[in-house]
This record gives sequence, structure tokens and C-alpha cells, in this order.
Amino acid sequence: MNIIDIKNLYKTYNDSEVKVHAVNGVDLSFEKGEFAAIVGPSGSGKTTLLNMLGGLDQPTEGSILIDGTDLSQLKSSQLIDFRMRNIGFVFQAYNLIPVLTAKENVEFIMHLQNRPKAERESRTMELLKAVGLEGRENSRPNKLSGGQQQRVAVARALASKPKFVLADEPTANLDSKSTENLLDIMEELNRKENVTFIFSTHDQRVMNKAHRVITLEDGKIISDVRKN
Amino acid sequence: MKQENNRRSFFCSPWEGLREAFKLAWRNLWRNKRRTLITVSSIFFGVLLSAYMTSMQEGSYEKMVEIVVKFYSGYIQVHHEEYWENKSINNTFEYDQALTDKIMVNKDVDFVIPRLESFGLASSEELTKGAIVFGIDPEPENQLTGILEKITKGNYLTKNDDGVIIGEGLASYLKLQLNDTLVMISQGFHGVSAAGKFPVRGIIKHVSPELNKTIVYMALPKCQEFFSAENRLTSLVVNIKDSDMMRRTLRNLKNDIQSPYSVMSWEEMQPEVVQQIEGDRASGVIMKAILYMVIAFGVLGTIMMMIAERKREFGVMVSVGMKKGKLATILLFETILIGLMGIASGILVALPLIQIQKANPIPFTGQAAQMMEEFGFEPYMFFSSTPEVFYHQAISVFVLTIIIAIYPVIAALRLKEIKALHS
Repeated sequence: MNIIDIKNLYKTYNDSEVKVHAVNGVDLSFEKGEFAAIVGPSGSGKTTLLNMLGGLDQPTEGSILIDGTDLSQLKSSQLIDFRMRNIGFVFQAYNLIPVLTAKENVEFIMHLQNRPKAERESRTMELLKAVGLEGRENSRPNKLSGGQQQRVAVARALASKPKFVLADEPTANLDSKSTENLLDIMEELNRKENVTFIFSTHDQRVMNKAHRVITLEDGKIISDVRKN
Repeated sequence: MKQENNRRSFFCSPWEGLREAFKLAWRNLWRNKRRTLITVSSIFFGVLLSAYMTSMQEGSYEKMVEIVVKFYSGYIQVHHEEYWENKSINNTFEYDQALTDKIMVNKDVDFVIPRLESFGLASSEELTKGAIVFGIDPEPENQLTGILEKITKGNYLTKNDDGVIIGEGLASYLKLQLNDTLVMISQGFHGVSAAGKFPVRGIIKHVSPELNKTIVYMALPKCQEFFSAENRLTSLVVNIKDSDMMRRTLRNLKNDIQSPYSVMSWEEMQPEVVQQIEGDRASGVIMKAILYMVIAFGVLGTIMMMIAERKREFGVMVSVGMKKGKLATILLFETILIGLMGIASGILVALPLIQIQKANPIPFTGQAAQMMEEFGFEPYMFFSSTPEVFYHQAISVFVLTIIIAIYPVIAALRLKEIKALHS
């Protein structure tokens, strides 16, 4: 069953005299529990597609349906609420909240969701254990390595039990050991929590790990390969 | 989904949300300790300086009012309704115990002093000068004005004394010494000629240089006899227990006492003093406004910098699901906390400092001191510690902080996630 349906999606920028079609007629769908990578050269439209998928950017044309909800029909405040309940984000530069500890960063979205304290704490500890950061829960981001911060970001993205996680070049700032470790963790969580992971990446190691690789070029899908 | 939300709301109150926002705001402030401390310090010094300035201003006004009240008018006076427009002996009123009783019924009134005031020519052997004659009841008059302390030579008057006390300046002009005779000529009640000889019982150094040259105090019965105004008064001076209760007392007395009397406050009787104070206060307000503007722009600069630096972080917060209103609340708390820390520390230091200064006024020296003494002021810089001195500054800075907080609130509400994430 599809949880994401992208139909005839366009994103055109009119900033200069020349129109730029960042996403140029994309039709795509994702099923629950997929572990997919969107790849392509710089400027191919990966990040733009991911941003629209996350409700952060509006398409010029076309629609994105998530579990039947058309994102273009939601108002700004409804979109924020929708993201909070349905989408997890992992950013390239970790982007943890610097004044919160690892535990508080993971709890952050559950706080926004007004989840009870006991539930917040048990879910946080469960996720921190899953990403191998048990014992570091009270460390602030500046006391953690890049790899550790990104693992906290993954735990944060999964904390609210989203329908899918969008990860924009999550390994771009990590060394190979941290990348390997992070990918193993994400794959394990994908399997265990049955959450869809969608990456945008240049990283061959991510492509190797992904179960599905979608290649974009000039805003169009040029290949969509599912591995067994 | 709706059912689920209701269940969650049951567990977590909006109060918890505010507490979380406060916690985040507090921690954010200390991300850059030095910057926060510098911003708080600018508010601290602003509040301290403005409280100190206000205390100095209000201290000098209090002293001015004290002099006016103590040596001239008292807080409130009751006259014949035509007296203030035409200060003639003919516009006096007959003393009536019932009127005094009516005034004394008011619980804020301490005591009432009768006075008969008029003008006359004061003469010695060869010289004559215009004089103001005050017929007073010596004991209660001293209670209000402390006149006894100002006597430099001789004695104070007794209740039925037939002598006079005159100002130093007048004594000097008329070349009169103690026990010399002062001759007074005037017009009495209903045009009767008034003339009399009075032994000088004492010489007073009045705080007002003008009155020092013209004042003649007589015991009330003697004064009434001199002006042929038996049992008549120009005013009943009403002294109140607490100066803060003046407006209430005035309102009550104005309601209770009707024609042919009129009730006036010192402010109505001395409008020039009120105008002087208001004029000076307005200049102080301008000074403080400039000071506050400097502080406000400093704080606004810090807040703008803080927001520009954290735009990406705000983008992340909103992207993962934080409502812009909640982000605005955090930024509002941050701005308010900076303001409150500055206000609290400023007031905390200003309180003891001003109390110390109040107990130890700054003395003027040299010509400044001489000039002040000539104008009847004590040569000191006085300080006031009325609550207004402090809370006016606190409220002003707090309001400014709220105005400054509009910027981050608008910035949060207008945040565009994509732009913020790429900033």
C-alpha cells in the first residue's frame, strides 16, 4: 500500500529571466517500510523534491498525497501540525537544538505533541539505546561527535513514530566509520519500526545500502531501481 | 486523531508547554553569556541612572512642596469664597466652631489653624515699609510651620501676646531691635482705620527672602483687634495626617463645606509652584526618554543579531513541527527575561543606594549653597524614595521590552521554513 503518491509534480523558479524547472514532471510513490535513496548530481532537484515531500516547499504544479492527504490543500499551520505528526526529518548538518541535551532533543517533538511524560521518557530511552547513545543522554550537542549528533537526529526523527523519515544528505558531513554505523542503525530502525526512509544523497555507501535507488537528472526521474 | 489529541491534552497542560518554552528561552539566553550580560547591564545602568535622576528630581520637589506647605499655605485652606479672588480684609469670615468641627470630622485631618492675613505699613522712627501681617494662634502655628526654630533673636509669641515677631530683613530695614516699637498702619474691616504700636518680641529668619523683608507675626486676638475684625479669619489652614491622603481629604472637604466658604489645595493656591514642578518633570521625562531610547536600540540590536544568528535553528524547529506561535513565545520570553533581569538588578541596586542618599543628602558648597539659602532652600541635594521612583522606571523599561519583543515575535510568525533552513 502506498503511503506517498506524487503525481505530475513540477517546481519552477522564476528568480531570473530564465525559468528553472527544479522538478520537472515527477510521478513517484512509496510504500510503507521502504528504504529508498534519491540520487543525482548537484542541481538535479533532489533537495527540492524532498522539501516538497516534507511540506516545506509548495509545488508549482501537481500533487503530493500522503496517506490520502493532499499537502497542497493544507494551510501553513496545518502543514506544521501535519509534519509534526507524520514526517521525521534528518538534516545534513544535524541541526540539533544546541541548548537541549541529547535526551531533550529526542523528546522535543513528543513535547510538541503533548505526549505524557512517562511515554516520552520510555520512547526516548528506547531510541537512544537503539542508536547506541545510551549513557550520553545528558550530553549537549557540542559535547557529541558529528556521528553521534546525527544519530541523535535520527532518534529525534523517529521519536514521534512518523509515517516516513526524510533525510537530506545525512552522511555528507560524516567519516566512513560514522556513515557505516549510521546506515546500519537506520536500516535496523527501518526494519524494526517499519518506517519508510527516503534519503537524498551523493554518497555511494548510502546508495549501496538503499533498497531502492531513484535517480534524478534535470528534475526528471531517469531511473527507479528496486533491489531484492 | 481527534480522540487521540484529547487524550494527550489530558496529560499535558498548556502550563507545561509554557514551562518548556520558558526553559528553552532561559537556556538560549546563556548560550552567549557575554552578550546577554552586556545587554542586561545596559538595562541595569539605564534603570539605575533613571531611578537616581528621578529620585533627585522628586526629592527636590518634595522639599519645595514641604517649604510651600510648611511655611506658606499648609496642604488645604478654607476661605471665604470671595477671598482668593480679592484678598481683602472685607472678605474674611466669622470664626465658627461648627466649621472647625465639620473639618475635624474627616479622619485624615490632623489639626486646623486659624489665620488672619492682611497688609499694612510698618514704621519705625523714621522709616516705613509695606508689610504682610499674619495673625496666628502661636502654638498650633508652630506645630505646622516650626516657626519657633526660625527665631534668631528674642522669644516666640504667646496666645494673647500684644507684641510682634518680624522678619530679619524688615527689622534691618526699619533698624528695629528687640523690644523696640513697631508702628503699624492699615485699613481694617469695612474701611475702619487700623493703627497700632507693637513691641518687637522676636526676630525671625524666614526661609523666603521676600517674606523675610516683609513679614509681621501677631497673636490672632491682637491682629483681629488691630484690623477691627473681631472673631474674623481669612483662612483655616487644614493640616492632614498623611500627605498622600491630600486628594481624598480635599474631595471630602469640598463636598462637606459649601458656600460661603471655599476649600483650596496648596496646588490651587500656588499654581506657579505646580507649573515649575511640572515643567521640570517634563524636562526630566525628555532626558529619561532619550536614555531609554539609547537602551532600547541597544537591546533591539542584540535581539536582531540573536535572531539572524539562529534563523536556521528556527527553520529546523518549525520544520519538525513547532508552531510559529510557540517559537514566538520562546523569543518573547527571551526578550522579556533580558528586560526583567536588567530591571530587577537595576532596582535592587537603586533601592539601597537611594535610601543611603536620602539619609545623607549631598551638600552644595560655595556660591551654589549661598544662592540656595538666599532662596530659602536648604543647600542640599535631596533624594526621594517614594515607590514611584522605582516602579515608574520598572514599568517604562518593561513596556519598552514588550515593544522590542514585537520584532522577534513578528520574525517568528513570518518565518519561511525553506529560507530559514538555507540561511
